[in-house]
Amino acid sequence: MGIFSNWAANFSATFYKCFIKDDRYNLLLSGIGVTIKVSILAVIIGILIGLVIAMCNLSKRKILNVIGKIYTDVIRGTPSVTQLMIIYFVVFASVTWSKWIIAAIAFGINSGAYVSEIIRAGILSIDKGQTEAGRSLGLNGFQTMSRIVVPQAVKNIFPALCNEFIVLIKETAIVGYVGLMDIQKAGDFIKSATFVAFMPLIGTAVIYFVIIKVLTIILGYIEKALRKSDIR
Amino acid sequence: MIRIENLHKSFGDLEVLKGINEHISHGEVVVVIGPSGSGKSTFLRCLNLLETPTDGEIYIDDELINSPKADVNKIRQKMGMVFQHFNLFPHLTIMENITLAPVLLKKMTKPEAIKKGEELLKKVGLSEKADSYPAQLSGGQKQRVAIARALAMQPEIMLFDEPTSALDPEMVGEVLDVMKELAQSGMTMVVVTHEMGFAREVGTRILFMDDGVIAEKGTPEEIFNAPKNERTRSFLSKVL
Repeated sequence: MGIFSNWAANFSATFYKCFIKDDRYNLLLSGIGVTIKVSILAVIIGILIGLVIAMCNLSKRKILNVIGKIYTDVIRGTPSVTQLMIIYFVVFASVTWSKWIIAAIAFGINSGAYVSEIIRAGILSIDKGQTEAGRSLGLNGFQTMSRIVVPQAVKNIFPALCNEFIVLIKETAIVGYVGLMDIQKAGDFIKSATFVAFMPLIGTAVIYFVIIKVLTIILGYIEKALRKSDIR
Repeated sequence: MIRIENLHKSFGDLEVLKGINEHISHGEVVVVIGPSGSGKSTFLRCLNLLETPTDGEIYIDDELINSPKADVNKIRQKMGMVFQHFNLFPHLTIMENITLAPVLLKKMTKPEAIKKGEELLKKVGLSEKADSYPAQLSGGQKQRVAIARALAMQPEIMLFDEPTSALDPEMVGEVLDVMKELAQSGMTMVVVTHEMGFAREVGTRILFMDDGVIAEKGTPEEIFNAPKNERTRSFLSKVL
């Protein structure tokens, strides 16, 4: 019993030192805000770029195929930290936008390459008869795509897209490289300030885990709703 | 109504249609029969340009439809198509399947389309399925919905591409019944099928296709009772 109460007292003291003293929890809270807003904007940019690149890759025009191919090759062939730093320190060096927006753009550009492949596979997975049925009713190519093919493709690729978003959220843990204080950086900062490694790092892990768990549950509900038409 | 002149279609080196000339008038039920690989489906698919002819002309009401200037989408609205594999939209309810195109193409308002949809579903005997999804229907029911969906655009011509070939035998009848009724209402129809009974009973004219050409054509009596062409005789002896 003595060992346990000793440990408990020790734990709460460390907890206090790491998260409560000097209002350190504020660091983590604002870190959560940074991670979330970078992730959300990056997901949106990623989907938009992914759609455009997927259309390029699916197009009959050779030149668009080549552009799409180069994009995915370059993005997939280089580390995201390198891309983030190039975007931040080179491409946007003279732009005065908020740091988080530039970081989100970098992650969006990165994610777009992966999303484009997911979307391309999703569209190819839809039977050609669906397009033919749409066109035979007199719908044009765009109407057939947007009302018939894409809604079905979205359902098929939803799990893969969710996976990509989860990877993206965790990937944002490198924004510290361009001086943003996200969850990871906040945990790291507390570690340096308190000389305690265990508590802030485990805390960081727990925060990421909870965010992603909550997101997974929400996405699970959405997927279920999307599968409504599969009920027999 | 439909005039086809010297229609050719090749897929790469393979020539599937080798010069087809045909005239289909208003109200006719033209049934296209022939062995598999003879080009029946390709011929039908050329009529609404799901396949682009390599050579030749197709006129609908004297409008050349396979010219670069033709408004393909507008022309297709005049022609309903029913596919072998139904091709219903699985993410939409039966009613949404039927109303999607008329509403999207501004042919009807949503309430009008729904009213028309209810009418059509009643006609094909599936009123109670309006809110179901295609996955909940049997093959025969799906095909009847597909017919209703095509009719919702109020087409002048209906094309059927082997509409009963993917069905279980006990469901063929219900689909043929709907087609028969449609034929009796005066709809111009072009039907590719292996249902010889339907061809004989409902067809006003039979086209026998073999090896990319129309080898023989005539009334059902002429084709089924007194075929002139050796290939027609040999085909019919196998299927009848």
